[in-house]
Amino acid sequence: MDGAETDRISELEEMARRCRMDIVKMTHAAGAGHPGGSLSAIDCMVALYGTTLRFDTNNPDWEDRDRFVMSKGHASPAMYALLHQMGVLEESDLLSFRKLGSVCQGHVDMNWTDGVDFSAGSLGMGLSFGLGCALSAKMDSSERRIWVMLGDGETQEGQIWEAVMAANYHNANNLRVIIDRNRIQNDDFMGVQMEIGDIGGKFESFGWNVREVDGHSMSDIVDAISWAETNELGPTAIIANTIKGKGVSFMENNPEFHGKAPNNEEVEIAMGELS
Amino acid sequence: MSIPSVGGASRDGYGKALLRLSEDPRVVVLEADLGKSTKSCHFRESFPDRTISMGIAEQNMMLVAAGMASSGKVPFASTFAIFTERAFEQVRNGIARPGLSVHICGSHGGIHTGTDGSSAQSIEDLAIYRSIPKMTVVHPCDDLSAEELTVQLLGIEGPSYTRTVRNKVTRMYDDESKLDLKIGVGSVLEEGADVAIFACGVMVEQACNASSTLSEEGINCTVVDMHTIKPLDTELLSKLAETCGCFVSAEDHSIIGGLGGALSEWLTTNKPIPLEMVGVRDRFGESGDTSDLMHEVGLTSEAICKAARISINRKNAS
Repeated sequence: MDGAETDRISELEEMARRCRMDIVKMTHAAGAGHPGGSLSAIDCMVALYGTTLRFDTNNPDWEDRDRFVMSKGHASPAMYALLHQMGVLEESDLLSFRKLGSVCQGHVDMNWTDGVDFSAGSLGMGLSFGLGCALSAKMDSSERRIWVMLGDGETQEGQIWEAVMAANYHNANNLRVIIDRNRIQNDDFMGVQMEIGDIGGKFESFGWNVREVDGHSMSDIVDAISWAETNELGPTAIIANTIKGKGVSFMENNPEFHGKAPNNEEVEIAMGELS
Repeated sequence: MSIPSVGGASRDGYGKALLRLSEDPRVVVLEADLGKSTKSCHFRESFPDRTISMGIAEQNMMLVAAGMASSGKVPFASTFAIFTERAFEQVRNGIARPGLSVHICGSHGGIHTGTDGSSAQSIEDLAIYRSIPKMTVVHPCDDLSAEELTVQLLGIEGPSYTRTVRNKVTRMYDDESKLDLKIGVGSVLEEGADVAIFACGVMVEQACNASSTLSEEGINCTVVDMHTIKPLDTELLSKLAETCGCFVSAEDHSIIGGLGGALSEWLTTNKPIPLEMVGVRDRFGESGDTSDLMHEVGLTSEAICKAARISINRKNAS
C-alpha cells in the first residue's frame, strides 16, 4: 500500500470512528435503538460511501445516483451517523432520533430522510427492493449501481432467497450485496436461534460472485468493494465477518446490545473508548 | 343503456388495459407464473423487455415492483387475488408505507372462481387492502369497465389493488358508457326511490336482475356499480341516503370488511339508516360449478331481493 492509499484508509477509519461516536450518542439520547448491529455494519458503509458510491449530498434525489438499500433498517443509527458525517444531517437531527416528528425515524425511511433510498424495518425485503432498482437501471441503460446491506439474521427470511434466485436469473450484474455477518440476532446468537451456515456457499450455488472479508479491516473492505465493481457477470455478494457492537468493549459480541441503548454510565465509558 | 352483451371476464379487460398503458414507457409488468391467467400475457407477447417474470414468489415480486417504482417506473404486478394476500405485509410495508405507485391486480377473486375450491377463492382481499392507508381499491364488474378503470390507475398517486374475476359475465357497459366511469365515483346504473343497492364485481349483474324482479312488485331500486371500494364515494352515499332511506350491499366477498363493511362504517357514523348485506357470511367456499356455488353461498339476485325487502321494511318501521 503506498502512502496516499494508507492516508485514504486512515481517513476512512477516522470517519468510522466518528460515526461510532454518533451511534452511541444518538441511541443514548433516544434511550432506545439498535447500537450493536449499527457498530458492526458501519465500517463497510463508510468504506462504500467513502470510495465508490456515487451520490450528491446537495441533491440526494439525483436520479442517476447509485442506490444504497439499508435492508437491516433497525441499524438506522449507522445510516444517520454516516449522513451526519457527510453533512446531510445535523447533530440536532441525530439527537431527535425516534422522537415525534424527527427526520431520524426508528427504522430508516425514504420518505423522512434525505439520502435514504429505502423504507426498511421489516426484515427480508431490501434485497428484493434493490433488485427492482437494479432491473430498472438496466432497462434505462443507466450506469447506476445498487448496493444492499443485509444482516445475516435476516437471511432466515424466505424472501431473501426468492430475491437471490431472481437476481441471478435476471442477470442483475449491477446489484451488490454486503452481508453484515455478526452472528447475533435479536434474541441470541444465531447458533442458538437458527444458524444459516455457509451463507457464501448458498449465494454461490445460486450463481452469485462471492467474497468473504474481515468486515472491520478497512483496507480489506475497500479491496473487496473494488473487486465487486469489476464483476460484470451476475450479482455479487461480500460476506463481511463482523463483531456485533464493534468498538465498545461491553457491547462487543453481546446479544443484549442488539436493541438496547447505553445508559448514562455506559455512554461515558463508550465515548471514552471511542475517543 | 344498450342491450347487454356477454363479454370477456374482467381479467380480459385488465389484459387489454395493459396494452393501452404500454404507450407510457414508464409502465412495466410483473408476473408470478400466472400471466396466462391474469392476462398480463398479452403485454408480455408485445413487450417482453418490459415484462418481468418473478417465478412463483409473490413476496419478492411486490418489493421488486416497489424498487422499480422508486426508480421512476410504474409497475403493474399481478397474480391470483389469493396469492397477493401471501405478500400482504410486503404490500403494506414495502409499497404502501412509502407511498409508491405500484398497481397490484388480483385475478380470480371471489367464490365465482369456482371449481378450484376454497384455497383459490379470495373472500377477504378487499377488506385487507382497504385497511391499508393511501391504498386505492377497485373491483370492476365486467371487462369493459375493468379496462377503463385500469387505464385510469396511471393517473392516481400511490398504490392500488384491483380485483378481477376469472369467468365471463354479462356486460354492464358498452364502449360509450364505459367512458363515463371514474375511479372513486360510484356508477349509477338504475334510479329508484325505495332502496339503493350498492354492488361490485359479479354481483352488479345480480343487483340489476334483482331490480327487475322488485320493479314487478312495485319496488323501485337505485342500482350502483360501486367499482371503487376505496376511496368511498361518500357524496353519492349521502345523496342516496336522503333519497332512498335504506341500502343493500352485494359483493362476492366476506360481509366482514368489504363493500358492506365500508358502507356500514360510513352509515353508522354519518347517517344511520338500514343496511342489509349480501355477501359471504363468515365461511369458506368449496369446489363446485360457479352457479351452484353462488346459490350455495347465497350470492344471488333472490338474496338481494330479500335483503331489499327487509331493508325497506326496516326503514318503514323506524
